Amino acid sequence: MMKPIFALLLLLGVAGCSSSGNWGWYVIDPTTKSGWINIKFLVSGMGNTILISVIAAAISIIVGLIVALPGQSSKRGWRIVNRVYVEFIRSIPLLPMLFWVFYGLPIVFKSMGLDIPIDPFWGAVITLAVSDSAFTAEIYRSGIQSIAKGQKEAAQTIGLNYYQTMRYVILPQAIRRILPPLANQFIYIVKMSAFASVIGMQELTRRANELVVTEYRPLELYSLLIVEYLVLVLIISAGVRWLERRMGSDERH
Amino acid sequence: MTDAMIELVDVNKWFGDFHVLKNINMTVGAGEKVVICGPSGSGKSTVVRSINRLEEHQKGTIRFNGAELTNDPKSVASIQGEIGMVFQQFNLFPHLSVLENLTLGPIKARGLERSKAVERARHYLERVRIPDQADKLPSQLSGGQQQRVAIARSLCMEPKVLLFDEPTSALDPEMISEVLDVMVELAQDGMTMVVVTHEMGFARKVADKMVFMDQGEIVEQSDPQAFFANPQTERCRTFLSQILQH
Ligand SMILES: Nc1ncnc2c1ncn2[C@@H]1O[C@H](COP(=O)(O)OP(=O)(O)O)[C@@H](O)[C@H]1O
Ligand SMILES: [Mg+2]
Repeated sequence: MMKPIFALLLLLGVAGCSSSGNWGWYVIDPTTKSGWINIKFLVSGMGNTILISVIAAAISIIVGLIVALPGQSSKRGWRIVNRVYVEFIRSIPLLPMLFWVFYGLPIVFKSMGLDIPIDPFWGAVITLAVSDSAFTAEIYRSGIQSIAKGQKEAAQTIGLNYYQTMRYVILPQAIRRILPPLANQFIYIVKMSAFASVIGMQELTRRANELVVTEYRPLELYSLLIVEYLVLVLIISAGVRWLERRMGSDERH
Repeated sequence: MTDAMIELVDVNKWFGDFHVLKNINMTVGAGEKVVICGPSGSGKSTVVRSINRLEEHQKGTIRFNGAELTNDPKSVASIQGEIGMVFQQFNLFPHLSVLENLTLGPIKARGLERSKAVERARHYLERVRIPDQADKLPSQLSGGQQQRVAIARSLCMEPKVLLFDEPTSALDPEMISEVLDVMVELAQDGMTMVVVTHEMGFARKVADKMVFMDQGEIVEQSDPQAFFANPQTERCRTFLSQILQH
């Protein structure tokens, strides 16, 4: 699985060596001291990229479920709440939402007499989580709807209440169908977390940007940046496949 | 009849504009076995589903042990535990083992201790004659076995009455009798039962009362001897001659 990455690196390396001096791989050459320092600087953004993505995904998974459940209600009012949230949130582009949360939300808080500062980290987490939750809610909706109506009715006739029906009957069956699309959403979050760089969050993209300014080697540095995201996403994909296999071999379907 | 366990008085129901139940009047006494038959689409399922509130009627009254069914979620939950239901499609929980299917309701809805619930589950598995399948998944059982598990799952709630909605219609012919045998035994043990079925042999054997429905109405309601020997209406005669041919 790592083969494509090496192939890509090799391609870039070969291209760099054979070209007429437009390439300067020295900037991230691990055999030189300055190159090694640069690499460490770039890769150290990985921690924040992962942390932002994981926390945002965790919040999105919970908020998405809370938003999805009223969408299943027999009461029209509840379904409308669900539709309004989903349609509204998913129509806002990520970058404007990020600006609104980071620059606007503290003013809203202040006008309410609350002193809640929003730092780049939480600004990014909140934006990614809320933006993603609309999609997560839709994933839950299709997962829950794919479970036949008879399951819910059978649960009712053995006296289970709404919460118990969801907890023990519907969601355990839905989760298997929900997992692959949820994993896709997680990959989406990881990629979108790059936007956090514009509000000063020190993650992968921000680190690359800062080094480009001082070293002036955009081609090499952004190439490495792309490879960094590639590695992250491939690791996540492998993890998801492992999880799916494990659930599959459980035989409980 | 004042000691009726289930009582339907002038029950009417609509699906949108479609008048699916028209002035349904019916009583089921304690220990009584009522068999409902009639052409497909005549409203049989809707009647039994109204009794345990899977469907809501719009006019008339349904009483269970004297208490009127209302929309109060608490009363709905309490009757749904007391009135067992066996579906045409079994509706077992596919992600749970047979034993877990049987203990879920008693443990979660009734707060029964796990060990007691397991004991009870094994007892009823014995009664439906599949004591050694407890740890299998429903998908590993035959249709007839699955339906017997579904019956045992209902029995584990120790319901006051059992509703059956065409319990053998989804089964291969050679499995029908193993399910009907279990149902006959239940009837002999005194269980109150409302059974939608076209199995007239079963009806003859256990029914105290036959109900014939057509187009949302109860057309005939009588004891089995009279019902089979001397149907009062043309519609019922036609229906019986069609289904007894098979
Ligand atoms: N949820 C529903 N919405 C609309 N029409 C329904 C619904 N359920 C049943 N019906 C209609 O009501 C009629 C009676 O259905 P049902 O009670 O299932 O009949 P039976 O069990 O006697 O075959 C049928 O015409 C059916 O199409
Ligand atoms: Mg039916």
